[in-house]
Formats: sequence, C-alpha cells, structure tokens
Amino acid sequence: MLKQNLVLIGNGMAGVRTLEELLKLDADRYNITVFGEEPYGNYNRIMLSPVLASEKTVDEIMLNDLQWYEDNNITLHTDKKVTKIQRKEQVVTTDCGMSVPYDRLIIATGSTPFMLPIPGANKEGVIGFRDIKDVNTMMAATKKYEHAVVIGGGLLGLEAANGLMKQGMTVSVVHLGASLMDRQLDTPAATMLRKSLEERGMNFLMEHSSAEVLGGERVTGLRFNDDTEVKADLLVMAVGIKPSIALAQSAGLHCERGLIVDDTMQTYDPKIYAVGECAQHRGIAYGLVAPLWDQAKVCANHLAEMGIARYLGTVTSTKLKVTGIDLFSAGDFVGNDNSEEIVFQDVSAGVYKKVVLENNIIKGAVMYGDTADGGWFFQMIKDEMDVSEFRDTLIFGQAAGSSDTDPLERIAAMPDDAEICGCNGVSKCTIVNEIKAKGLTTLAEVQAHTKASASCGSCTGLVESVIAFATGAELAAPKAKPVCGCTDANHEEVRQGIVNMQLTTMKAVREQFNWTNPDGCASCRPALNYYLLCAFPLTYQDDPQSRFVNERVHGNIQKDGTYSVVPRMFGGLCTAQNLRDIADISDKFKVPEMKVTGGQRIDLFGIKKEELPAIWHDLSEAGFVSGHAYAKGLRTVKTCIGKRWCRVGTQDSTGLGVKLEELTWGSWMPHKFKIAVSGCPRNCAEATIKDFGIICVDSGYELHVAGNGGITVRVTDFLCKVETEEEVIEYCAAFTQFYREDAHYLERTAPWVERIGLERVKEALETAEQRETLAERFAISQKNAQIDPWKERAKGVEALEFAPIKVSALGELV
Amino acid sequence: MSEWIEVVALEDIPVLGSRIVESDVGSNIALFRTTDDQVFAIRDECPHKQGPLSQGIMHGSSVTCPLHNWKIDLASGSALGADEGCTNVFPVKVEQGKVLLNLTAKG
Repeated sequence: MLKQNLVLIGNGMAGVRTLEELLKLDADRYNITVFGEEPYGNYNRIMLSPVLASEKTVDEIMLNDLQWYEDNNITLHTDKKVTKIQRKEQVVTTDCGMSVPYDRLIIATGSTPFMLPIPGANKEGVIGFRDIKDVNTMMAATKKYEHAVVIGGGLLGLEAANGLMKQGMTVSVVHLGASLMDRQLDTPAATMLRKSLEERGMNFLMEHSSAEVLGGERVTGLRFNDDTEVKADLLVMAVGIKPSIALAQSAGLHCERGLIVDDTMQTYDPKIYAVGECAQHRGIAYGLVAPLWDQAKVCANHLAEMGIARYLGTVTSTKLKVTGIDLFSAGDFVGNDNSEEIVFQDVSAGVYKKVVLENNIIKGAVMYGDTADGGWFFQMIKDEMDVSEFRDTLIFGQAAGSSDTDPLERIAAMPDDAEICGCNGVSKCTIVNEIKAKGLTTLAEVQAHTKASASCGSCTGLVESVIAFATGAELAAPKAKPVCGCTDANHEEVRQGIVNMQLTTMKAVREQFNWTNPDGCASCRPALNYYLLCAFPLTYQDDPQSRFVNERVHGNIQKDGTYSVVPRMFGGLCTAQNLRDIADISDKFKVPEMKVTGGQRIDLFGIKKEELPAIWHDLSEAGFVSGHAYAKGLRTVKTCIGKRWCRVGTQDSTGLGVKLEELTWGSWMPHKFKIAVSGCPRNCAEATIKDFGIICVDSGYELHVAGNGGITVRVTDFLCKVETEEEVIEYCAAFTQFYREDAHYLERTAPWVERIGLERVKEALETAEQRETLAERFAISQKNAQIDPWKERAKGVEALEFAPIKVSALGELV
Repeated sequence: MSEWIEVVALEDIPVLGSRIVESDVGSNIALFRTTDDQVFAIRDECPHKQGPLSQGIMHGSSVTCPLHNWKIDLASGSALGADEGCTNVFPVKVEQGKVLLNLTAKG
C-alpha cells in the first residue's frame, strides 16, 4: 500500500504525543512530517518553571530528542513556520517557501501568551513566559538587572516570579483581582499561599490595573491606573494564554476562541485534525496537560482508522510547581446554592482543606499545606462516587479511620484502578503489574516502562510508594543522585572516598561502595576511570576497556563505522608546509572528505579503523599530534589574529592561544573543554561561549568561565581581569584543575558552575598561593597526558585494538 | 559439517574487551572476554541500529552498544532492560588458551 502523507504543524507536547500514540497503533501507515517553530526536539513545556528556578536543566526536560524522530522515520523541520494551508490542493507552505502535500493534517499550534495591549508593551525587556527562549531571556536578565515585575498572579505568573526570585532578583507580582490564583483557589487558600510567598520575599501589588509600560528602548517601570508606579528592568506578562489560531483562520477553518473540533478531534475539514491548546472542544480550550494526553489518544485512534474513540472532555486538577509549597485544586471548588462545603483549617500548621459536595458526590476540592490526598479526591470527583458512608471522616483523607498514616497503607487502601499519574493516565494496577511482570525495582525503570511520573513529576512520591508497596522494599530517604544504578553512592562520596581512603583501583572503589555489579556498567566505568586518573595521575594505569570507543580508539566513530582524524594545530595557526603535508597524506590514504571545523582545525573523514595507525604515523612524522577531537578533555583553543595584523587588536591573541594550547593539550577532564582568545571586545573568537574565554583589552585580559554553545547557549560568567599573559596562564591552569577535581564526570563547566556557584570558583582561585598549588597539580597531571597517543599507537601500542581477525568460510585463518 | 576454527589466543583478547572477527560468511563477529576468562561470540551488530557492539563497554556478561546505549546479553544475544530485540550468537569455546569458533552451526 502506498503510504499517505501526514503533516503535523507544531512540535509541542500535544502534537508529538499524538504521533507517539499513532506509532503505537500503526507505525507504517504514514510518511510523517513535523514543522516546529522552535529550534529543538520536543520538550516538556510544563517543566519550564523548574528550569527557571534552576531545579532542572533543559536537557532533563527533553521528551524526544532528534534521534527519536530519526528512529521513527519522521521528518522534522525545526525553526520553520507554516504560513499557509491550501485545503483544496492539500498543501502546506512555510515562511521559507517550502511546500509539503498532505493526506491528513494535524494542527497543534498551541497558544501564545496574552500580552496586555497597553502603551509601551513592545519595549525591550517585556516578555511572556512560554518557551525555552523566554526562559533564556529571563535567565540573561537576572545576571544584569535587579527588579522584575510579573503581571498576573495565576499559576504561571507565580511560577515565573518564584524562579526569578530564586535567581536573585527582587520580584513584584501585580494582580488585578483581590486573591491569587482565583481560577484555582478560594480566598482562604489564596491568603495562605500569599502569606507564605511573602515570607520568602515576594512582593504583591493586589488589585492593581496596569496602564502603561515606562522607559526608553528598554522597560524601566510600570504605571498603574491610579498613577502610582513601580520600578522594573524586566516585565513578564502572565495574564493568560490565547489559542494560536491565525493559521487555521486564514485557511478558512471554523474558529471561535479556539479551533473548533468535534468528539473525534476533527475540524470542519475532515482531513484536518486539531489537538492541544489551540483546539476548542465543547466550548473549552484547555491549557493543562492531562486533557492534551486524552485528546492525543483519540486523535491517533482516528488517524489509524480504528474509528472507535471519542473525546468527552476532561476534569482537570492543578498543582503549583513551587518547591516547598503544596497546593492542589480540582473541579468546581466554589460551589452553588445546592452544594455544601466541608472545611478543615489549621492556620498555625499551615493546612487548609475544602471539599465541595452536591448530594453526597464530590464536585471539587482545594487543598493547601497537606495535599497527599489530592489524587484520592480527584479520583472520586471523576468517578462521581457517593461518599455518604464515610462523609464524617472524608475531610481527614483516605487514611482516616486507620490511625496510621503510613504511605504504604495508603497505597494498599487504594482501588486497583486509582489513577497515580494524572498526566499520563497510569493507574495503580498498571504500575503494579509492570513491576511484577518485568521485575522493575527503581523509579527510572517504572518511568521507562509505564511513563508514570515522567511528565510533570508531581506524583513521583506516590509512584515511589507504589514501588515500595509492590516490591516490599523499604522507602528510602531521598538523597543526591547516585553515580549509576550499580550503587547508592553519589559522585561526591566516590571522589572523596578515592582521595581520603586512597582507593587506587576501580575494583577497590566498587567494593568500598557496595557496587551491585562486580564489573560496573557503561555509565560508571568511564567515570571511575577518570576519577582515578585525576586523583593519581602518575601511578594509575588507564583502563582502555573502560573508555567510550572514541577515547579508546583516539578518533570519532562515524555512523558508517569509519573514523575521523583531526590533527592538532595549536591556536589554529598553520604553515603552508603543514597544509601541504595534510594534503599529501590525505591523497595517500584516499580521504573521501575534508572539512574545516568550528574549532579552526582540519577534519579528515572516512578512515577505516585498521588504517588509523598508518595515517597517524605519517601525521606524526610531519610533526602533528592528536587533536583530541574525540576526548572528554581539552578540544581546541580558538583565536582571532589579534594585534599582529588586526588594526583593532589590543594584544597578541594568537600567540597567547598557542601558549594556552601548549599548556592544556592532552589533558583528560570530566567533559569536553574549549578555550578561546579574542584580541579585542569585538570577540571574533567567540570567547564568551567557551569553558574558559579570554577577551583582550588595552589594559590587560578579561577572564571568563563556564560558557557553552549547544542546545542551550550559556554566556560565560566574568571571573576577573588580569594584566599579564603569565597571570592568564596561571588562572587557566588553576581553573582547569579545579574543574578537573571538583566536577562530576560528564558535567560541563556551565552546569558545574551553576551547581556550585561562581562564588565558590572565585574563592578557590582567590590567592596566588591557591592558584599556584592548583597549577602545580595540573602540571603534574600533564606529564603523562602529553605523551601523544597517536605517535604511541603508530609505534605499535594497543596494536590488537586495530587489527581484525580474518576467517574464511572454509574455516581457515586468512 | 561441524567445524571448530581456532581464531585467536585467549590472551590476545583484552579482559572486559573485544576483538573483531571478519569472515566472508556475512557480517563481522565480535569476541568478548569476561573477567573470569569466559568468551562469547556474537554478531557485531546491535539489533537496534546495527551499531558495532565490539566497540561498546562490556560488564559482567553483557555489553552496552556505543551508539544508543542498548544493553545486550552476550550469551543469548537478547536486549536487556526495557528494549526488545535480539542478534545472533555463535558457539565458541576455549581450549588450551586458544579460542575456537564454530561458524557452521546456526546461531
């Protein structure tokens, strides 16, 4: 059967979940093409708040990386906006002129923040809170500015305000109403919430109506209707969202507030479906995650032409993702003339619970302070269960009646179909059955197999209780993340143990910290090998079998199994003879492709493994050493030409770059490490997105640390300014060594510095004596590290690694 | 015919490491050696995306594929953990320090 074309507009949670559900039902029906306006794979948008509060990283909230699209043969176009749908021709067209035909089309364009139409709202520094870009803008602002104002005291506004406050800004929340989160909370709960946020340092301007954004090019303040003003260097509008339906409207699809769909998620054009926040179903456009999952299931069912599912709407519940504040609300918690309320309030303990009933059926609930029974109430709301039998103890929760509030008893008391994970609709029995059938024991395994607690994470505690209930294990107290699944010990404990107890072999470390697998695993073996190498640079015998293939073979494995070879060119400098040698060698080995890399080196592609020692021999003879383009270690020192030639250069950036590369090449580190030297603040060498960057100025050198490019660009932090090249070199060696000794394996300088704080780095490098000690230890570690691995292997070291055994079908060695 | 071929000395396979056998009967075969000198022979292709298993990190009697971290049991060729898939294994034995491989039996 010829495959049909399915096009998805919008690479967000709802659209991609629809594809996931579809692939489960029928993986081969469609050629799938996805258009996304953001330059990423699909990420968990509800977790942006923890990212802003530095409790999670962007990598941690990715749901499907680019590999997933490749694995499922889905064509993904990121950074592309679909601007036209021609329904008659069944073609979509993007802003860059690309056209793709469709047989079925899913519109999942989501929503956009509603920006108040007040004067000055287009000034720089006025933003919404919707995507990774907004988070990056806020993160950048926290470094430069002090006063943040958030308009909107709803769920999103408070999460944004909490994040900005955690990043060190003074934050004021402006709210039009008299009570926070008025769509989710009643007045007593909102008052308790406000009090506890005020105790944390948040300011509130209640019943304030914004009139004008003040400032020149950038916002400086906000004026209200009563002519009072508040100072603001950053203004976040979180007053609500509106479905993004412009594209659908331009295609003539029937829209009201959102794009109208029926119970099968079909729009008025039967070839076009819509899911997520852009869709309006039975008058409601949802803005929470659980309905999106339900819609995705229904839509996928019809795309797979099974034609049996109907979407009937979703009862929603809310939790605020502000660490340390427990808050839950669901259903109709306000009530009407026919309803009754049961209220429990203990102000000094900070607990408030309210349940709204109609004819002994729970219609809604609000909880503050103690939300453990939230899921239980939510289940009863959805089931419309009659609670008259235990109405007298209802408000005390599920464990009432039994004097014990042991979490395991609470799980035991739950019915089998009780929903544990609301985001993914996973019930208690699904989790228990998977645990029993597949022998799961850890949270990570349960997440992988059932998706429970894999979205917003607010049910993690409950899932852990279910695991304990099903496996009979003790509930462990939460602690820092272990090195890997083989041990409970975390990175710090292991590193300290190695140094303090002089554990000099991997075996000793594994025995000391009760590893469950005697050989370790693919995660901990490279980590331990590095930690030992770092602790005992002169005596530890490196274990090639504990290194990832690229480091073991000293080249980057490519997707066809060949390797790439990058000779080192110190500071990016080269001579005509160098280039001639590389050209001759490339001819000799028939190198199929060469490329100049981003780090100012030449990359030779398509080398077979068994040829590597021979090409290294020739490069070595011509004076080259390994470029370590494959290493968790120093990659390159990128330079601009500096004052030798440049009319605006202030220092000899190229010469300094060569010196720094001579100092640091060959060193092994927790992760890759890049350096750059720019000869003036124009920064042509891009030093401010490197692990260690130098900007030359007329009066000396500015040192910057902990930047990186990649998915989330992080600009460096300014460390200090020095006057001489010698000082630059000393700081570079000291910083590098401190990173080598302190960071977790596979932690780049950016997340490392964010974890430990720039202050700790500054303290560690404060005095000349501290820097000398660190630089000295670095020099010792470099003694063995700067033996060129290519030259050694060209001479026969590790020869077996590169020599295949050849056998013929007749059973003879050839 | 059931033919055992002597392919390599045991000591020429690194402990917790591998060697590749290139044969003209099809794809490459990876030989792995455990800490207690057991040897496994398995088709050098991960069931997932045909990654070269010989280039992965080995532990116990399993190996982690270098491309996407699938864990493969060397004795059975089956994927471990949440992944599902299987690759061929071949009969192999060690006699007097020599590794013998049988390519005629169906893996």
